[in-house]
Amino acid sequence: MNARAQISLLPDGHRLHMHDGPIDLIVEAFGRTGEIKDAYQAASRRFVDVLDELCAELPLLRAQARKGGRWPGGRIARRMAAAVAPYAERTFITPMAAVAGAVAEEILETMTNAARLAKAYVNDGGDIALHLTQGENFIAGMVERPDRPSLFGTATLDASQPVRGIATSGWQGRSFSLGIADAVTVLADRAAMADGAATIVANAVDLPGHPNIIRVSARSLVPDSDMGDRLVTLGVENLSRDDVSDAVQAGVVCAQRLAGEGLIHCAALRLRGETRIVGRPAVIPKSESNEESAVLVHEQLHIRLSAGDRNQTVCSKTYEK
Amino acid sequence: MPEDNAIRCDACPVLCYIKPGRTGACDRYGNHDGQLVRLDPHIVLDRAVSRGDSVVPFLDRDREWDGSLVSGPENFVTAIGAGTTYPDYKPAPFIISSEVQGVDMVSVVTEGIFSYCGVKVKIDTDRHLGPETNLVRAQGEPVGHVTTSEYGSQMLSLGGVRHLTGGSRKEGTVACDTLLNLCNRKAAELTIDEGATVIVQAGKAPVIGGAQEERMRVGCGSATIGMFAKQWFNKVDDVVVVDDHITGVLSEHQAGKLLGVRETGIKMKGRRSTPGRYFQVAEPGTAWGGTNIQDPLSILKSFNPKKAWPGLRLLMVSTTGEHYAYFELDDGLNPIEKDLPGSLNESVARIKENCEPALCSVLFMGGAGGSLRAGVTENPVRLTHSVRDALTRVTCGGAPVYVWPGGGITFMVDVTRVPGNGFGYVPTPALVAPIEFTLNLSDYAALGGYLDHVRTLDSIMGDDRRRHLPAHGNNPWPLASAKSRRKL
Repeated sequence: MNARAQISLLPDGHRLHMHDGPIDLIVEAFGRTGEIKDAYQAASRRFVDVLDELCAELPLLRAQARKGGRWPGGRIARRMAAAVAPYAERTFITPMAAVAGAVAEEILETMTNAARLAKAYVNDGGDIALHLTQGENFIAGMVERPDRPSLFGTATLDASQPVRGIATSGWQGRSFSLGIADAVTVLADRAAMADGAATIVANAVDLPGHPNIIRVSARSLVPDSDMGDRLVTLGVENLSRDDVSDAVQAGVVCAQRLAGEGLIHCAALRLRGETRIVGRPAVIPKSESNEESAVLVHEQLHIRLSAGDRNQTVCSKTYEK
Repeated sequence: MPEDNAIRCDACPVLCYIKPGRTGACDRYGNHDGQLVRLDPHIVLDRAVSRGDSVVPFLDRDREWDGSLVSGPENFVTAIGAGTTYPDYKPAPFIISSEVQGVDMVSVVTEGIFSYCGVKVKIDTDRHLGPETNLVRAQGEPVGHVTTSEYGSQMLSLGGVRHLTGGSRKEGTVACDTLLNLCNRKAAELTIDEGATVIVQAGKAPVIGGAQEERMRVGCGSATIGMFAKQWFNKVDDVVVVDDHITGVLSEHQAGKLLGVRETGIKMKGRRSTPGRYFQVAEPGTAWGGTNIQDPLSILKSFNPKKAWPGLRLLMVSTTGEHYAYFELDDGLNPIEKDLPGSLNESVARIKENCEPALCSVLFMGGAGGSLRAGVTENPVRLTHSVRDALTRVTCGGAPVYVWPGGGITFMVDVTRVPGNGFGYVPTPALVAPIEFTLNLSDYAALGGYLDHVRTLDSIMGDDRRRHLPAHGNNPWPLASAKSRRKL
């Protein structure tokens, strides 16, 4: 047990919040009470070692993934390496691109090994690992920007679909991006795969050389960034409608290729109000979805949007006169 | 030492190197002016579950953090993340009592939703940003206007209800976004109609047309002559202070005449305004004194042989002291550059010393509406009176505010004194700002406060949803007694 980790039930009494260093998880398991308890206990026992385990191999995990390169030893680290391996030959990526998804996957698997659960999710800052059994489903809401929580679509996921991982990437998120996507949400077999793929697709939503995109060396912002001196997006100024279409189209081409290779099932790309969906139409744009019942799962914005929620009522329908 | 004043965070084994003004991988610890501080990134989540934030001194550096949150006598609960009960008649989310030096104090803590709000931006620069009253745009949308300039600074007034809710949906969204970024100390790019594009960030130097402003000049060239004439007298025969606006010449200037400085026969290019003051010696630029001058001699004509003499000593310096050169005339009255004599070093250094760093300052300004006040007392106007009578102290995220005279509670606050990410928004669009009202328990009772909703500080400290932040060093402690506060 390390001294840093904080683990507590959220005030709703159902969700488990686990925090250690940069890792922040919201976990919820569904099933019989005893099973949920077993699952949470197992998750807690596993969680306290996660950060130290990752940090022990940090230099390797921050290094560019290369074909035939050295494999890390830790379980989570190997999930990360496996998730980015398909891209090692074609582009720059480091295992860190899949860290959130890999952690979510590991904790979810720990819970499902320890208990019989009807369904469960582990949400690691918007990168989510899912467990679903027959007849169960999740509705995931997607937001563009973590600091401006408004839904742009929802995805309904049930046990009959192969999707067990959701991840979102964009230049305004916590990690640096080489692209300009406001948000790329990817549905894949597993969370780490989704995480790596979302990074790749979000990088592809881009207008190389466009003067209205402000880019700076990652190292100039974060000296020990795994992106090194690569130019990461710091700001996006005015873009014409054509610019937006071109950038999104570049991302769509990338996402279609990944879908064709079976690396992802579906991707929703969002830039400046334009949304494109690649793959199976599990993602429903906002206008057609039932927002009231959606569960918002991006970037810890795990707020049930029900009509009775005081905060939501305040947020959407009131004016200060 | 790590590069670029980065500090190493040892809060967890990731051991991030964090540059000034940035946070580590966790977004929870940041480098604030070289100090490791704990921040709170999950303000939206936490707002949703409504909690209080307290401001306490940071942990002793030599004590390892045991994962629990600190507690101590010096806690002030800010409204950041407190949520709001608006538009209900209900009492504010947190009404907290604490005993300060034997006096029972109450802090009413809420978040206000402000449609009537904006920011006043002061940009330290002498550059012309655009004509007064012209529109200021962000992403092409009007978000404010250029207002009357101040000494050494250009002023913008941004936001306000007309841009937030009076225009198109996009205008409102962009205006809200711009205000939110500026209030949370993030950068915003603004373009002024018929003027410049400027990147503004509270507490940072402005970037105008792509060039970062470094220093405010000490004054125009003429003013600089006036300020330093005495220090130059007898140490040098003539001084030219090069400036984009008014270039000054000591021997011709009124200040030089008063001291009895001898005529030197110097001849300047440019348009003479009054003696010793020249307009347009060169084009604006980024070299000497905000001009395009690379070689200072290029603005001089030949010396008048009837007045000048061999050995004449001439100092040329810019209004920021960043550029300077020293010349002596040879037998043919040609200026020859020599090392700056030690006796002049000090005056050049002093010009530099008197140039303050150019900064952008952002003041949030908003008015607390009737319903917000209704969360404090059943008789809202009494709260206004109580603020007016200085019985109730208003703070914004624990930061001191200036409350405007007149009706209502309209206040201004320096956003750099509010804890980071203290501001939020609602899709109205409108800004959400923390606001705390602190007063004696007896005064609170007298103005019709919700006494049955008062909770003790201890009861809040047991709530693990709160977050601790270090108090801002320059802010007076919000719970300090009125007497000791006056000293601050």
